[in-house]
Amino acid sequence: MFLQILLTGVLIGSVYSLVAVGLTLVWGLMDIINFAHGDLMMISMYTVFWLYTLLNFDPFVSLPIAAGLTALLGILIYKFVIKRVVNAPGLMALLATFGLSLFIRNLAQFLWSPNYRFVGESILSGKRILLADLVIGLPQLVAALGSIAMTLLIALFIKRTKTGKAIQATAQSRDIAELMGVNTEKIYALTFALSGICVGVAGTLLSGIFPVYPESGAMYGLLAFVIVALGGFGNIWGAFYAGILIGLTEALGGFYLGTQFKYALAFLIYLLVLQFRPKGLFGW
Amino acid sequence: MKNRMLYGILLAILILPFAFQNVNFQHVLIMFLIFAGLGESWNIITGFAGQTSFGHAAFFGIGAYTSTVFFYKFSVSPWLGMILGAIFAAVVAAVVSYPCFRLKGHYFAIATLAVAEIIKQLFVSWDYVEGATGISIPVKPDSFWLMQFHKSKIPYFLIAYILFVIALTVAVLIERNKMGYYLKAIRESHEAAEALGINTTRYKLYAMMISSAITALFGSLYAQYILYIDPFMVFGLDISMKIVLLTVLGGIGNVYGPVVGAGILIPLSEYTRAFLGGTGKGIDLMIYGALIVVVACFEPRGILGLFKRSKKRGAQYVKTAA
Repeated sequence: MFLQILLTGVLIGSVYSLVAVGLTLVWGLMDIINFAHGDLMMISMYTVFWLYTLLNFDPFVSLPIAAGLTALLGILIYKFVIKRVVNAPGLMALLATFGLSLFIRNLAQFLWSPNYRFVGESILSGKRILLADLVIGLPQLVAALGSIAMTLLIALFIKRTKTGKAIQATAQSRDIAELMGVNTEKIYALTFALSGICVGVAGTLLSGIFPVYPESGAMYGLLAFVIVALGGFGNIWGAFYAGILIGLTEALGGFYLGTQFKYALAFLIYLLVLQFRPKGLFGW
Repeated sequence: MKNRMLYGILLAILILPFAFQNVNFQHVLIMFLIFAGLGESWNIITGFAGQTSFGHAAFFGIGAYTSTVFFYKFSVSPWLGMILGAIFAAVVAAVVSYPCFRLKGHYFAIATLAVAEIIKQLFVSWDYVEGATGISIPVKPDSFWLMQFHKSKIPYFLIAYILFVIALTVAVLIERNKMGYYLKAIRESHEAAEALGINTTRYKLYAMMISSAITALFGSLYAQYILYIDPFMVFGLDISMKIVLLTVLGGIGNVYGPVVGAGILIPLSEYTRAFLGGTGKGIDLMIYGALIVVVACFEPRGILGLFKRSKKRGAQYVKTAA
């Protein structure tokens, strides 16, 4: 039983990680808290839902479409909103992304009503693996493995490719990166696209497991803030491990103390860890 | 000179509900005063001391719940409940913030958000205070002692006005006294402030306690005015963010900022809700969100920044002309 709970925690934690990785990319690069992050995920879930309902696409066929759409939305958000506020003083950028989040969420409610919707069938739905005492739902397993693979790809991209190095350079100093010939404008847009892809993939992977409704991204967005801070801002692997930790906390706390406390515990873990590591687990 | 403008604004607000006897308008004015006051108190810890709080709903909710629970369970006057709420909020602020003050910047901001969410979850599952169902305050005949007025909104307006004046006065007093300079020094450079001998933790703690006590006062009033509270309503991220938004919109770290910001944001949200909210489709919040984005994009320095810029432009013009 204990193993089963641990497994559930790790599986959901890996999806949290992917959402948080998308957030930490933008946060580390531009020091912008993107409140609309979770809402992009909701958009990707709706994309999968509508492709499934109207065209009978399997969620896994829709994955590139949904991720492409959220990447595009990320770029648009950068071009039309973030670009104007990135150098603004105080919390103005936060104000803009919060307004954006309200707008996207209520637009979804206006267009598609607040009702819960479900993606009924996919090639995976209902299938499960039995491993000794453990029951692993295939959709959950694929969601977790997909998230880990995506996190790995993003990390490799940032560490190994030339463009990734340009992103790191821009994060350290925009001016110096520009002097070295980096087109920081493009780097910012690209980072927003990458961030969009992360939530797009996460949303697709979750659409078969969780109901789709205008607020479905809200809790993930909120948890992603905590995970990013817990891992240390801008640190991809930090966000990954912190996501797993939050997933585990949620699963164990939900089982032993009651589900109503699972989010409270996730937030409590953040406060406790930060007492010992004031800059996050992997921050410096 | 400085004071004259302040008195002018205060006098104008006081005349408004008597000049326009429209009930909807009076409601908007009351909400405006509540949120302008909340903005003033948030400004003390974030605007002056630079410690971003995303969790002021925690103190707002503590204020609302204290007065309501004491009235609902023990028939204690909401006035006493209000004062108790402010004390509780200050104590909670001290206990919770003290360990959090080691965190800097965003780490602190996320910590305040986490604290508010934890408190919300606790209230949701606390059966003694009716959990997620919330509490409807029993309706009593009009009475000053029970802070219930059903015939007219003017008494609520006056209470909100007095609380707002208190919040504003505290903010102005802090800004113009030694403490204000200390807090601003902490905001500009934590290390430099410490090097100059300022006990940064103590002053941040004072600022947080004062700020949360005032926030709780408004929470009690809000509960008495709406006559119903539940954890999602008073502890929600929405309340925390509304306080942040209006202050940032008006101009952060400036005593006029929350007044200007609330003056724009509250009528906007109340009137869009009144005209478009009934459809249940969220058009009001959609427009509200879109307008926030537009203002942030085109006036990234806050509304008060607009005036500063136009002044500067004038100065530049004079320079080139000479």
